[in-house]
Amino acid sequence: MGKELWKGNEAIAEAAIRAGCDCFFGYPITPQSEVPEYMSVHLPQHGGVFVQSESEIAAINMVYGAGGAGMRAMTSSSSPGISLKQEGITYLAGAEVPAVIVNCMRGGPGLGTIQPSQADYYQATRGGGNGDYRTVVLAPSNVQETVDFVQEAFDIADQYRNPVMVVCDGLIGQMMEPIEWRPVPKRDLPPKTWAANGTKNHTGRNIINSLFIAPEDCDDHNVHLAKKYAEIERSEVRWEERDCDDADIVITAYGTPARIALTALEALRAEGIKVGLFRPITLWPFPEKALHDLAGQSHVKAFLDVELSSTGQMLDDVRLAVEGRKPISYLGHAGGAMPTVEEMAACAREALKEAQ
Amino acid sequence: MAIVYQKSAGLTDAELHYCPGCNHGIIHKLVAESLVELGLLDGAIGVCPVGCSVFAYNYFNCDMLEAAHGRAPAVATGVKRTHPDQAVFTYQGDGDLASIGAAEIVHAAMRGEKFTTIFVNNAIYGMTGGQMAPTTLIGQRATTCQSGRTVEQAGMPIRMAEMLSTLDGCVYAERVCVTDVANVNKAKRAIKKAFEKQMAREGFTFIEVLSTCPTNWGMTPIKAIQWLKDNMIPYYPLGVIKDKAMEVK
Amino acid sequence: MLKQIIISGFGGQGGLAIGKNLAEAGMEAGLNVTWAPSYGPEMRGGTANCSVVLSDRPIGSPVFAHPTDLIALNAPSLAKFEADVQSGGAVLVNSDVVSDKVGREDLAALYIPCNSIAEELGNLKVGNMVMLGAYVARTKILAPEAVETMIQSMFTGPKAKLVPLNIEAFRRGAACVG
Repeated sequence: MGKELWKGNEAIAEAAIRAGCDCFFGYPITPQSEVPEYMSVHLPQHGGVFVQSESEIAAINMVYGAGGAGMRAMTSSSSPGISLKQEGITYLAGAEVPAVIVNCMRGGPGLGTIQPSQADYYQATRGGGNGDYRTVVLAPSNVQETVDFVQEAFDIADQYRNPVMVVCDGLIGQMMEPIEWRPVPKRDLPPKTWAANGTKNHTGRNIINSLFIAPEDCDDHNVHLAKKYAEIERSEVRWEERDCDDADIVITAYGTPARIALTALEALRAEGIKVGLFRPITLWPFPEKALHDLAGQSHVKAFLDVELSSTGQMLDDVRLAVEGRKPISYLGHAGGAMPTVEEMAACAREALKEAQ
Repeated sequence: MAIVYQKSAGLTDAELHYCPGCNHGIIHKLVAESLVELGLLDGAIGVCPVGCSVFAYNYFNCDMLEAAHGRAPAVATGVKRTHPDQAVFTYQGDGDLASIGAAEIVHAAMRGEKFTTIFVNNAIYGMTGGQMAPTTLIGQRATTCQSGRTVEQAGMPIRMAEMLSTLDGCVYAERVCVTDVANVNKAKRAIKKAFEKQMAREGFTFIEVLSTCPTNWGMTPIKAIQWLKDNMIPYYPLGVIKDKAMEVK
Repeated sequence: MLKQIIISGFGGQGGLAIGKNLAEAGMEAGLNVTWAPSYGPEMRGGTANCSVVLSDRPIGSPVFAHPTDLIALNAPSLAKFEADVQSGGAVLVNSDVVSDKVGREDLAALYIPCNSIAEELGNLKVGNMVMLGAYVARTKILAPEAVETMIQSMFTGPKAKLVPLNIEAFRRGAACVG
């Protein structure tokens, strides 16, 4: 199959259509507006439904309605818009409605900037809405992975009846890169016998609901959800390790900073510094055990976490996994500027020196 | 012996949780009967609000979705756009629809979404215990306006049927009540007509039903009916507010 | 081999398209490529730029502080980015729009009359292809044939008649470099 040059946001939309997305509901916000723009043209051509909603809140609730009625439903937005969607996301999780949500992240807090950011890590992995719930969070680091993950996200969502987020920083949405429309793994999915699509379409009455007013019912429901989340943690965790086998220092990064880290890794290896890269691909479930085991390796002296965030957010998960076994340094930018190869290399050298 | 009356097949056997004298039960019945009589029940998909009728999914004998507070029109948009041949309705109270969900209902009406909204207006927040609603009348007491609603503090109450009627996408809006047999019959005709227009894909259809809340109004059911007639109907006039096919310009 | 190019001009001037053409041609030639725009309100009528990377290695950052080369389509772009260019890099300037000269002596300055050539060819829109021709000829990053193939795939159907004109513009740009 030949390579094609695609802009990230348009590729996201096309990937969703190829994955059988039935409907898309969205609201304009930079830097993701190309997703609804593309959908408005192409989704109806494939028999799908596009609605530009009055707000992100309405969009996520349209997703809830269509997803609850059994459709493959999707919305996309960028950070402030994703904040507004949190109410809907907790309802999706609570009522176990599958949906795909793309966050093309920009800087915050508040209006922040339209430049790339990864400062929505907490919001995505901890649940920005109320209650005990988890969303599967896939974090691609280039346009190819983005189209692969968007397609797979629909299957993951359907398999677990759970919302799945694909988070990419604004740069991945805006940039163009060659991709191949390669086949993604298809899952064996059960029919949606639970969908509220009219009693003539199934036996009994289907209710899509997150309300469990009796304490014991709500408790049971949460136990059921927790079991599901444990199953997802066992089955869906993904990460990539590069040159970690002999690394003295390991950089932890995801998304665009991870690809910059690869260049830094090559540069440092060329000067004889043994650097590895540990890249979480699912932010939830976080590859905690793999990172924990790596931290236990005697050759690893230190970690350097790099994010598009001023304080570091994934840093918390890195710390939880490393459990104090090795020192962890941090490098972050929050205004949209990318960490440079030189910066990363300097930080890695420094961190290693301190550890030794 | 001939059966002269029985519970609609559009309702489940679940016992209603509503307070004595509350009109929700009658309104549920009218919606259920309409769906059955129009042959729409097995395809019908309803969306419940947050408010006293939050458990309506236990009562309507069709598939239901429970929406977040105020978002039922957005949820119904997602359902109806992907199931255009099936009857879709939202059932919402005044806090849900006229306050927190004002944007969702206005934009669903603007888009001419082809579902039916049953709007139950009892001029108060019922479930949370009698707070002021956007529809609470001037002078009416509520737990958040204990000396009565004032214009200075809260403005004049909102007339949703009239407001939505200004939108071209709203093709049918009628205000009814269920205080007596004649009005119950009128309300039933209005609800049926709304579903018929929905299925004819004419546009957004809206039935506002004035309703009582004896518990939070602090009245007996009989007194509450009288209070509704004396106070609500003068401010919220009954009748067809709009019945006009959408003109596409 | 690693080229990190900034192409900058007024919004609507075609800088983003030059970058996209470069990335397309690079992809056809089997290179790794990225194209990243500056985005946001400044695009709409103000200065718009894009960053293009062409490399035979996997590409780390699609954006960078110090380009290997700069294509400046207006004066503010030259003023903004000249200082950032890596020593030894090339700066290509549309001399029909920019009267300023490149000040640094460690850079190769090339002044390309894109608009005049395009006008001679009878279509102002092909000025960007003139600039692309000049850049490819100067850096030899791509075989001219690869770009010409890309041009052929760019214009198809009713637009196919534009292929010869664009190839001519591309060659005229290359000829400027000599």
